[in-house]
Amino acid sequence: MNILSDKYTTVKPENVTIWFKAAPVTAFPKDGGACVKYKDLQIAVFNFKRLNTWYACQNLSPEKQEMVLSRGMIGDHKGIPMVACPLHKKIFSLENGENLNGDLEAIATYPVKIENDFVYVGFSE
Amino acid sequence: MKTIIVVGNGMVGYKFCEKFVAKEGSEKFKVIVFGEEPRPAYDRVHLSEFFENQDAKALEMAPAEWYAENNIDLIVGERVTDIHKASKKITTAKDRELSYDYLVLATGSSAFVPPIKGVEKEGVFVYRTIEDLEGMLAYAAKLKQTNPNAKAAVLGGGLLGLEAGKAVMDMGLEPHIVEFAPKLMPRQLDSRSSQVLQLKLESIGLNIHLSKATNQILGDKAITGMEFGEDDVLDVEMLIISAGIRPRDELAKTCDLEMGVRGGIVVDNKMQTSDPNIYAIGEIALYNQMIYGLVAPGYDMAGVAADQILGESKSVMAEEIDMSTKLKLIGVDVASFGEPFMPAAKGHSIIFENKTQHLYKRINVSLDGKKLLGGILVGDATDYSMLHQIYLNGMAIPEDPAQLILPATEGGGSFGDVMDLPDEAQICSCENVTKGQICGTIESGESKDLADVVSCTKAGTGCGGCKPMVKDLTEATLKSLGIEVKDTVCEHFDLNRQDLYKIIQVKGYKTFDEVLDNHGNGGHGCELCKPVVASLMASINADTANKEYAIQDSNDRFLANIQRNGTYSVVPRVPGGEITPDKLIALGEIAKKYDLYTKVTGGVRIDLFGATLNQLPLIWKDLIGHGFESGHAYGKSLRTVKTCVGSTWCRYGMDESVSFGIELENRYRGIRAPHKIKGGVSGCIRECAEARGKDFGLIAVEGGWNLYLGGNGGATPRHAELFAEQIDNKTVIKYIDRYLMLYMRTAKPLQRTAAWQERLEGGLDYLKEVIIEDKLGIAEDLENEMQTLVNKFECEWTQAINDPEMMKRFNHFVNSDEEDDNLVFVPLREQKMPEKWV
Repeated sequence: MNILSDKYTTVKPENVTIWFKAAPVTAFPKDGGACVKYKDLQIAVFNFKRLNTWYACQNLSPEKQEMVLSRGMIGDHKGIPMVACPLHKKIFSLENGENLNGDLEAIATYPVKIENDFVYVGFSE
Repeated sequence: MKTIIVVGNGMVGYKFCEKFVAKEGSEKFKVIVFGEEPRPAYDRVHLSEFFENQDAKALEMAPAEWYAENNIDLIVGERVTDIHKASKKITTAKDRELSYDYLVLATGSSAFVPPIKGVEKEGVFVYRTIEDLEGMLAYAAKLKQTNPNAKAAVLGGGLLGLEAGKAVMDMGLEPHIVEFAPKLMPRQLDSRSSQVLQLKLESIGLNIHLSKATNQILGDKAITGMEFGEDDVLDVEMLIISAGIRPRDELAKTCDLEMGVRGGIVVDNKMQTSDPNIYAIGEIALYNQMIYGLVAPGYDMAGVAADQILGESKSVMAEEIDMSTKLKLIGVDVASFGEPFMPAAKGHSIIFENKTQHLYKRINVSLDGKKLLGGILVGDATDYSMLHQIYLNGMAIPEDPAQLILPATEGGGSFGDVMDLPDEAQICSCENVTKGQICGTIESGESKDLADVVSCTKAGTGCGGCKPMVKDLTEATLKSLGIEVKDTVCEHFDLNRQDLYKIIQVKGYKTFDEVLDNHGNGGHGCELCKPVVASLMASINADTANKEYAIQDSNDRFLANIQRNGTYSVVPRVPGGEITPDKLIALGEIAKKYDLYTKVTGGVRIDLFGATLNQLPLIWKDLIGHGFESGHAYGKSLRTVKTCVGSTWCRYGMDESVSFGIELENRYRGIRAPHKIKGGVSGCIRECAEARGKDFGLIAVEGGWNLYLGGNGGATPRHAELFAEQIDNKTVIKYIDRYLMLYMRTAKPLQRTAAWQERLEGGLDYLKEVIIEDKLGIAEDLENEMQTLVNKFECEWTQAINDPEMMKRFNHFVNSDEEDDNLVFVPLREQKMPEKWV
């Protein structure tokens, strides 16, 4: 079952080779997320308006292998920006993917940039 | 490396392994465990739960891997047959020979089968192992095919016998209990408490036969009945024998260990048998000339044997063993502690009995009235923990000991404060944690809240019975250190829900950011405070969940219930459970169109499962087109008002329960509260709508309705309390308006009415003063606020599908119309279900 999560590995900004043009900024809720399809990947993208920052991570919850993280609430846990999985409220750092309230494996995170009101997600291929 | 062989892999044998490997020095030993049964040790105390789910794994003490991970060789399905003391060897039924340095005997006991004529007949079982239960289940299934009303009897009305009685009920057979003594649970209960228990058990459908000596079992090949005397016959097609236990001490006979006259292997307080290399623990150990059939002393023995083998010679078994127990028998609390029966020469008894409510409490106090010696509780054992502690620690008791068991009165003494316990008082008996340890971890700064205390001390992680005490102790200790125990909603606010309610109401805030920026701690919110604020905005401004969807809880965000695989379920409102055939057909057509798994819910509505995010608006367009509206099954809001058919059809009905149920459901629909709310309306006292299990419940009586408040099913079931009698429809609505609004104003996040009401200072009397007598002068405000919410109701699904902006969020992808490609369904009884979770 780990075949799914094997598809997702963290991409550092310096390693980006492809900036995928995902959707206009307005397609994402303020302080919330939506899911972007890139090839056979599902990427959760969050508009963290309160920090004026965008985050992206795998949409796959590592707990039970469901594609749901983009539907989770975001906010901070002791100052760390996080997303809470809608199924059992496991929370993950949006900065490094770490599970902040348990010992699940970390999720993959991806760089995001905004150009001309469009959201781009960075991949390395 | 030395070798320990443990013979027997039951609860106590397992506990020995668990305690042993946790100790320092245990790595120098090789542990080999033999179990006769085909599976690793399981929780025999909760055996009857097997009938509910038939999941043997769920009962396991630890999975087979646990033994391997701890370097223990577990050999199941192989019985040890001989011990050769002199050469320190054992042989097994498979003719294996193994050497040991220490042998731990934990073979437990077997069911005692009395020598009754015919006991070997088909359909006669004992109640001991999972295999026994599987045999019973198969037999019961066969019986029910030919006779759906088949009867089964249990021989023995003791603790285990009553458990077996529950098993019979769960198997769907008519249950009978046959006891030789003139009362149930003769070893634990006195006559009066036994009668109270009997009344209660009879009220839930058990047939009880006392003072019956079984002469023979009737039938040719299979059992057809039991004969007690001439012309005294009970026709049954199945019999479960639960007439006591016998120690499995046959191994001791093979090697001449010292034994008791009536069985059991003699041990000293180190759990050592007559051979210093052989220990015996649990139900085969004869300690103080007694066999202890309870699990707690068995666990203590396991700990002593583990210590002794590791050279801790000071660890010995206590001289007196506490036989106090608290358990739930077929849902009935039964507890006894200390000396439950006491001769009049030793002290006085104080007895509180209420047969109408099936309650019995007895405490025995010393002649000078200063010490608690023991007692019995039936029907309600909430006082058990405190009474047991007072008894164990010899604490002083109030001048009028009746205060210990009588319901607390207003302004009554504060007796029974946990902080009065001595430090050595054992709070968690499963993990052996004392009050001193709990307070110590807080005083040292190691623990800052309840979660810390639990993880540092392990208190409350066993059976969980001590949790309320651990919580009280934690809060009291924090308070004594001057640390304020906050009930703030989360790290982002120094405010509780009630504070936030007032702030939002007074300041008129409309967004989460306004509240956070003006009253938060500088953070950005989280999964705890966002839904709380969302719910408050809804309770105050009648906002629907469409308003600020990114702060809504998982289900509210998409106006549907998220299920196991990330798909959703859909429940339209069916007020009062009344539905026209056309609407029922429409539901079926829509379910078929979208291939949805369909099920009637516990709240008598129809739930359609397996909808993808993209399908939700399409399904709702169809539903709304057929006149349905949101059922708010996803919200912390009114779910259903369940009704019986009432006087419109029923020949017993006193009033129109369906009509009134529909009126109430339509009145309170959509209103967001701290938690979900359910209602029930029954047309007569037969109570077919189960209204007393609801947050608000009504029962039609001569002259009006009886109103019950604060009921709950769920994890902590609670009957609603009678609040007002014989009131008319208008008064009912007035009172429920006030009640719900007060609850919405003051409860904690995710607190049901039952828990709120229970913790409300002044209790039901206070509620009556506020709601009926308007002591606080707020009744009109409460009614007006509720009326505003009622007037502003809007179906949020209709709102969503008519607004293209709102519809956008129901796409799985923001850049594609495709659906989630990760969904896998498998067939299930002509429908479908999500693939199992790994």
